Amino acid sequence: MKKEFEVISQIIQNNKRVLDIGCGDGTLMEYLKFNQQNDVRGLEPQKDLVQKCIAKGLSVIEGDAEKELVQFPDKSFDYAILSQTLQAFLFPEKVLKQLLRIGKQTIVSIPNFGYWKIRLHLLFKGTMPLTKNLPNEWYNTPNLHMCTIQDFVNFCKEKNIKIDRSLCLTNERISEITSGNMLYKNIFSQLGIFLIK
Amino acid sequence: MNKEVKNIKKLIVNQSLELDCGKIIKNFPIAYETYGTLNKSKSNAILAFHALSGDQFVTNINPITKQEGWWATAVGPGKAIDTNKYFVICINVLGGCMGSFGPKEINPDTNELFGTTFPVITIRDMVKAQIYLLEYLGIDKLLSITGGSMGGMQVLQFASLYPNKAHSAIPIACSASHSAQNIALNELGRQAIMADPTWNNGNYFKTNLSPDKGLAVARMAAHITYLSKKSLQEKFGRKLQDTGSLKFSFDADFQIESYLRHQGTKFVDRFDANSYLYITRAMDYFDLEKQFNGNLSSAFKNTKSKFCVISFSSDWLYPTIENKEIVMALNACGANVGFVEINSDKGHDSFLLNVPKLLKTLSEFLNSTYKEINNEKRI
Repeated sequence: MKKEFEVISQIIQNNKRVLDIGCGDGTLMEYLKFNQQNDVRGLEPQKDLVQKCIAKGLSVIEGDAEKELVQFPDKSFDYAILSQTLQAFLFPEKVLKQLLRIGKQTIVSIPNFGYWKIRLHLLFKGTMPLTKNLPNEWYNTPNLHMCTIQDFVNFCKEKNIKIDRSLCLTNERISEITSGNMLYKNIFSQLGIFLIK
Repeated sequence: MNKEVKNIKKLIVNQSLELDCGKIIKNFPIAYETYGTLNKSKSNAILAFHALSGDQFVTNINPITKQEGWWATAVGPGKAIDTNKYFVICINVLGGCMGSFGPKEINPDTNELFGTTFPVITIRDMVKAQIYLLEYLGIDKLLSITGGSMGGMQVLQFASLYPNKAHSAIPIACSASHSAQNIALNELGRQAIMADPTWNNGNYFKTNLSPDKGLAVARMAAHITYLSKKSLQEKFGRKLQDTGSLKFSFDADFQIESYLRHQGTKFVDRFDANSYLYITRAMDYFDLEKQFNGNLSSAFKNTKSKFCVISFSSDWLYPTIENKEIVMALNACGANVGFVEINSDKGHDSFLLNVPKLLKTLSEFLNSTYKEINNEKRI
């Protein structure tokens, strides 16, 4: 399992109700359910991935988070997870609002567009950055709203969203983001993971 | 009308059952069939509910019609619902014509066939009647309940009535309340039967005739609703029957006409016209939301079952949106639910056909449920 999922599972611990939005093939859900005895649900737009999840015994609903989150009652989950998908929504703000409504706490991870390799790519090559995490061309990328760690933190401040924990990942190494190291982390991290409410 | 129904498994229920219409029935038969072997712990039983035109003969050759069972694609040894592993039960619904208590049975009070004096039954009545067989077989909790179309409605009703009697539930291509369009289509079928003079207000058994023409038209109309425009176009298009040229008559020039006529005639050999009226009525009356004062979610609030709701992309009779309403209601009460819409061009009938993704989903979902409950037991 990738490091990001390890970090998320550590935050969640055991016996919680969890909703994984954009759960993909259910790798994280599987771990949360079978290794940590959480009660997990998933939402995923791609049929073949939903079928994979169902085969694993995971309760996943085929559907689009931009339309379907309304069906879940307020605070019906201990954690709502959105792993590297916020940037792919047409209206990320609306989706985030729904997550904060449904989950007592929400875990959001974002690929950091402020990562130094991305900055250099744009600066020197003058073309839209391609990296291991962002492998698509500008014309076929599903990512509509890229942001940096700093952008996300600013956004939360502006919208009165409380950040309980901010973590970042670089080459499988995990560390805390503080107000003191923000400038540095925003350059050297590939991924930001936030626990918000 | 179908032939005598003999040598089939029947349970005579001696308890009395109060129907939704207020009438009380007792000492009534329910006909059933089982496949596979019930294991020692009685934990491998799956109750399959049949649809409007189905019966208890899910798979193998139906001993009455000599045709393959209605769900032979999915149920059998080594198939998605593997009878080497699971014990599959299916019961002919109340109002049916394959041995269960229905309009073709004799009314003990008059010693005549019931005909249209048979009480109007509901999906809830059908489901309540089936519980007696589970008691008789000593099955406390089913591994799963499943069915498509009206079978799916029974799944929903069962899950709501008996929240702790099934580990899992697979409603397929159905709806929690029959739509105006579906009521309209059923009414069309009923009117076709009633317009046949031999129907004789349901007393056709007295004349030894049966409203075959009316029932065949009802079946033809219904059959169109089970297919999609695309599948009809691809299979038949404007292809002509026989000579390959128009005959300038009202014979079946087009292959689609001949196909529908064949479906109609085939159906009257095995189905009772009055049963058709009763069962379509039960479907029309089905409104789970109304049973719970307009809140579908409360229908499932105590459910312990794990749901897998399945719909088909080209099904316009029970479209995805209606299946999704079930999913939403389940989510709203925190039930355990998965949902997938399966891509298929074959319309509503997809649930009966060889649609590999459906079969795969069924097999894998059942397999994971079976594994999970066996693991729990070990702990």
